[in-house]
Amino acid sequence: MTMIVNGEAAEIPRDPRVSLLDFLRDDLNLSGTKKGCDQGACGACTVLVDGERVLSCLSLAVQMEGRSVTTIEGLGTPGHLHPLQQAFIEHDGFQCGYCTPGQICSAIGMAAEIARGVPSHVTTNLGDDAIRLSHDELRERMSGNLCRCGAYNGIVAAIAETFAEAPLAEAAE
Amino acid sequence: MNRFTYARAADTFDAVRQGSDAGVKYLGGGTNLVDLMRETIEKPASLVDVTGLSREIEELPGGGLLIGAGVRNTALAEHRLVRQRYSLLTRAVVSGASAQIRNMATVGGNVLQRTRCAYFYDDAGSRCNKRSPGSGCDAIDGFNRNHAILGASTSCVAVHPSDMCVALAALDAMVHLRGDGGERRIALADLHCLPGDRPDIETMLEPGELITGIELPPASAISRSTYRKVRDRSSYAFALVSVAAVLEVEEGHVRNVRIALGGVAHKPWRAMRAEAVLRGGPAASLAFATAADAELAEARPLSGNAFKIKLARRTMVAVLEELAGEIA
Amino acid sequence: MSIVSDAKQAIQGAVQGAMAKAVALAPDNWIPGGEPDPLIRERYGHVGKPLSRIDGPLKVSGQARFAAEFPMDGMVYAALVFSTIAKGRIATIDTALAEASPGVVAVMDHRNAPRLAPPPVFMSAPKAAGGDNLPIMQGNDVRWNGEPVAVVLGETQEQANHAASLIRVIYEEAPALTSFAEARGQGTRPAVFMGQSLHDERGDAEAALAKAEVQVDATYLTPRHNHNAIELHGVTAAWQGDVLRIHDASQLVAHTAWSIGQMFGMAEDKVVVTSPFVGGGFGGKCLWQHQVLAAMAAKVTDRPVRLVLSREGVYRVVGGRSPTEQRVALGADREGRLKALIHTGVTIKTATNAMPEPFILPTRSAYASDTLKLDVQVVELDMLANTFMRAPGESVGTFALESAIDELAEALDIDPIELRIRNEPEKDPSTGLPFSSRHIVEAWRDGAQRFGWARRDPRPGLRREGEWLIGMGCATGTYPYYRMPGGAARITLTRDGRAIVDIAAHEMGMGTATAQTQVTAERLGLPLDKVSFNYGDSTLPGVVLAGGSQQTASIGAAVGAAHRDLVKALLKLAGNESPVAGLGPGDVVSREEGLCKADEPSRHETYTSILARAGRETISVEAEGPPPLETMHWSMHSHAAMFCEVRVNAVTGEPRVSRFLGSFDCGRILNPKTAMSQFRGGIIMGLGLALMEETQFDERKGRVMNPSLAEYHVPVHMDVPEIDAIWTDIPDPHAPMGARGIGEIGITGTAAAVANAIYNATCKRVRDLPITLDKLL
Repeated sequence: MTMIVNGEAAEIPRDPRVSLLDFLRDDLNLSGTKKGCDQGACGACTVLVDGERVLSCLSLAVQMEGRSVTTIEGLGTPGHLHPLQQAFIEHDGFQCGYCTPGQICSAIGMAAEIARGVPSHVTTNLGDDAIRLSHDELRERMSGNLCRCGAYNGIVAAIAETFAEAPLAEAAE
Repeated sequence: MNRFTYARAADTFDAVRQGSDAGVKYLGGGTNLVDLMRETIEKPASLVDVTGLSREIEELPGGGLLIGAGVRNTALAEHRLVRQRYSLLTRAVVSGASAQIRNMATVGGNVLQRTRCAYFYDDAGSRCNKRSPGSGCDAIDGFNRNHAILGASTSCVAVHPSDMCVALAALDAMVHLRGDGGERRIALADLHCLPGDRPDIETMLEPGELITGIELPPASAISRSTYRKVRDRSSYAFALVSVAAVLEVEEGHVRNVRIALGGVAHKPWRAMRAEAVLRGGPAASLAFATAADAELAEARPLSGNAFKIKLARRTMVAVLEELAGEIA
Repeated sequence: MSIVSDAKQAIQGAVQGAMAKAVALAPDNWIPGGEPDPLIRERYGHVGKPLSRIDGPLKVSGQARFAAEFPMDGMVYAALVFSTIAKGRIATIDTALAEASPGVVAVMDHRNAPRLAPPPVFMSAPKAAGGDNLPIMQGNDVRWNGEPVAVVLGETQEQANHAASLIRVIYEEAPALTSFAEARGQGTRPAVFMGQSLHDERGDAEAALAKAEVQVDATYLTPRHNHNAIELHGVTAAWQGDVLRIHDASQLVAHTAWSIGQMFGMAEDKVVVTSPFVGGGFGGKCLWQHQVLAAMAAKVTDRPVRLVLSREGVYRVVGGRSPTEQRVALGADREGRLKALIHTGVTIKTATNAMPEPFILPTRSAYASDTLKLDVQVVELDMLANTFMRAPGESVGTFALESAIDELAEALDIDPIELRIRNEPEKDPSTGLPFSSRHIVEAWRDGAQRFGWARRDPRPGLRREGEWLIGMGCATGTYPYYRMPGGAARITLTRDGRAIVDIAAHEMGMGTATAQTQVTAERLGLPLDKVSFNYGDSTLPGVVLAGGSQQTASIGAAVGAAHRDLVKALLKLAGNESPVAGLGPGDVVSREEGLCKADEPSRHETYTSILARAGRETISVEAEGPPPLETMHWSMHSHAAMFCEVRVNAVTGEPRVSRFLGSFDCGRILNPKTAMSQFRGGIIMGLGLALMEETQFDERKGRVMNPSLAEYHVPVHMDVPEIDAIWTDIPDPHAPMGARGIGEIGITGTAAAVANAIYNATCKRVRDLPITLDKLL
């Protein structure tokens, strides 16, 4: 039984209790994925499974058979950063850096959701196929990723620069 | 987390066959069950993974929808027909949890999620009749700001945390079940129990019974509906109070109305009294307020949650006014 | 603390008091900072540039290794069992099932734990770091609800966790004091903080209040808080020969090494604590039981141990901020001039720590008033020791003080900014010291203009858009400049023209390495890429606490001192052939990768050339910063004018912040990009303080009931609008680099600005935090 992690096959652990998060951090030594609560309440452990953002702390590794997992290490390396990683640096979208991998993976998953037309809590018209990007749309969609240092403005700016085709509007309440 | 065995169900029959053994739990997205296992509140001997099953949303003859229990919350919210015909369901789903959790959580799992009561979660240090029947309830005289104002008992004052279920209750959704004895259907509004003296029993499910789908009856073309959630944080927080409502008005009078409340009871609370007051009467603010008062007449606040009565009343009235305003 | 140690602190305080007087009266040029740091003159170099974080590529790619991410051969994983009573003793503890559980290597409890001394409690010695002074797992007594009673060591985390759940403990409960009201009934005691009494009186403030033409007098409540850094407290501990190696998440590596050495009876250099990255601290990443338990467990198992507190574990083992009940009473004449300023109240601590939440601190130097009365009383409960959390004192103290000022402005019908400016003091009202640099009025004027304060309707409850009531409010933020003794640094220059700074400092998101690289490059006249900054290691020089917003000053003074020594050493090394031959340290400056005569830049020689001629590969100097006497000679504080716009839903009461501006006066800003993040981060934590944060302490059992990020709300993305920050950028002539600290000031004043805006929006004055919707219905 294997899953694919950042393009490489990885043997699924025997103990079904092992979360995807612990499997990545402890077994594969991919400690870029962070443990912030182990309760599904902070988003620091966000990874992409078959392109969708999920919480690796609440996923059992055994459920990942045949699926493709992308972690922060699979997005870019210090010498070859993903454009979003670069934008996080430019916009100072982090301080301590602990929630950062989760924020970045989450934003990449979010971009795909927006492209697909998935509505959010602040989407005004559910009949629209296309999502009109705004700061509020980004903020609402990123709300599953806590940042205690409070780098939220920089994070949103980095995401907007990377994924928005036009400057964002401040949505009305 | 205790040790357990894990198996993926090949199909629904296989799942139910495996699920008939004692100590088996069906595993959906795991967003609640895995958390509760880690907190040593759930200790299943085996998990039967049903996430691969029932992943379709089908249009039924006559215009209803059958939503597979394995459909992820995000897939439900973004489905074109759900957005068009049952927008309150999309609204409810996207107001819950976070995007990551909605990508994982299944419809069936969402229905069966358990309360967030802090004393229920504190396996080591607090008494809870739901977790350990007969042990007592530390919430009744403890932190109970988030707790029930309707239908609670002296054994339990916990609330059901789902947003989705509140919308489903207002939609007259039917839950499809499969067990040893075959298939059956039950109204979502009747699926969850009030706590009474057995708060550990949360639903009408028989042991081993599996939720296979949720059926939505056809939506009326002239009805308006919405879901409004009130919470402390702007996002990623459970409801203090939520209101799902479907309203049909003809010539200024309420032809049909269905209202459900979240965050107020041990189950998604169908506001039958309010509906009865409104049905046939004028679609006007005064009537909405009278209806809300009728529903909340039985409300019994705890030390920390009296505000919920006022909040529920105001939110109900505002939601009905908003829907009536759209129609007018 | 016992009465005895309080007395000890008081004597220390008296000695400090006498010394403070002498320092206050000394001539300026005797005092550190009396001669402005030469760096202040440099306006076009590296300092002040918005350099991106130099550790950014590591952090955004997941390559930055945090404490729990150092794998070691043979490592075992720890899981803790926490007590469920507040006081008493363990009658029996049954570990048999746990020991028999698969993968379990050992179970440690008070019966088999290594014997060791209690932790030296913070402030009891220069390098003491303990959150309290309770012996750790040395006996069967239980001192708080949630205290660790057993540690399970397993081959995997899953195995350890499961086995921990199999341990059965039977307790004998003793009566515990866990209720604030009950403790108050038994009487309060005057608080002592850092050796000084939290009591101050000038004139008869109560009498002046009674006589004042206009009075406000109200009680303000703030709840318990937890830091909730997203990184869980993690530690990897290993005994390597006679050295204890600890990968920690720490704000005080040198303190931790010394303190753990004391406990195990070891020299501090045998305890090596490293902490290259800290996933958020805010006062919470200090020395608590988990590091010690990991070291003990490593001894018991003879294997390296990784111990990561669960999120619940953080709440059970690491203290948070205590609640406060504060009275603020203001008496003024009709023009708004303060006649009486009273700020008193009660907070909670334990008998085993020295940390009364000092909420009167911001009031000491805030306003000119004819009379003043400040007082903090404490009660002691049976609970986990409380501790420092971002701006201890000022964060919650400014909520009360600045809400009251707003109430007074309302009562006087004077604009609240104008009222504050009218009461601006000439010199420090408590100490009489001159201010080193105070430009709060500029901050107010700049901020008011940028925020559009003139558009505010002073009449509350009138502005509405749809369901939303809109209001604007403001408040003053303030945080002192601190510099603690013991900061030391080593500078090494290499033959290839590079400089390496070594100092036992910390990076937990402030951008330490980035800003200090800029500062060092400028000081030494080097390009940025020729400077390396090493930190986060207890074997490096210096005792540098990343707390009190003082790390930048501490490093700055230490590196400045080392630079002065380096220049002397280089001049000696340069010899007679050098263009700088014959010049003294006062004649030369560091410029263009070398030394030159200050007023004759063409007399220049590069460091490389000096080292080459002398046949040296490197030159290295280590120096300690001067004692921080400047804080006793000047009143040194950062200032802020905070502006908030809120929207409150008229139906549901939901309060949401729609705009926020912080206008700061914090001396020189070293790096505007990272400073902006610091300001915003502090403000956002202030929004949490204002609107949602509360640790729920069930007084029946003394137990925290929301030990989770789902139930303890911190602000999420959606709660946070675009936050604006501006600053005066006026260097403080008496602070190293001209910079005062910026890490904590953002959280001060913010809660009051929000509360005042909510009043303006709704006509509702909420005096107990957090301001949740039920208080606005």
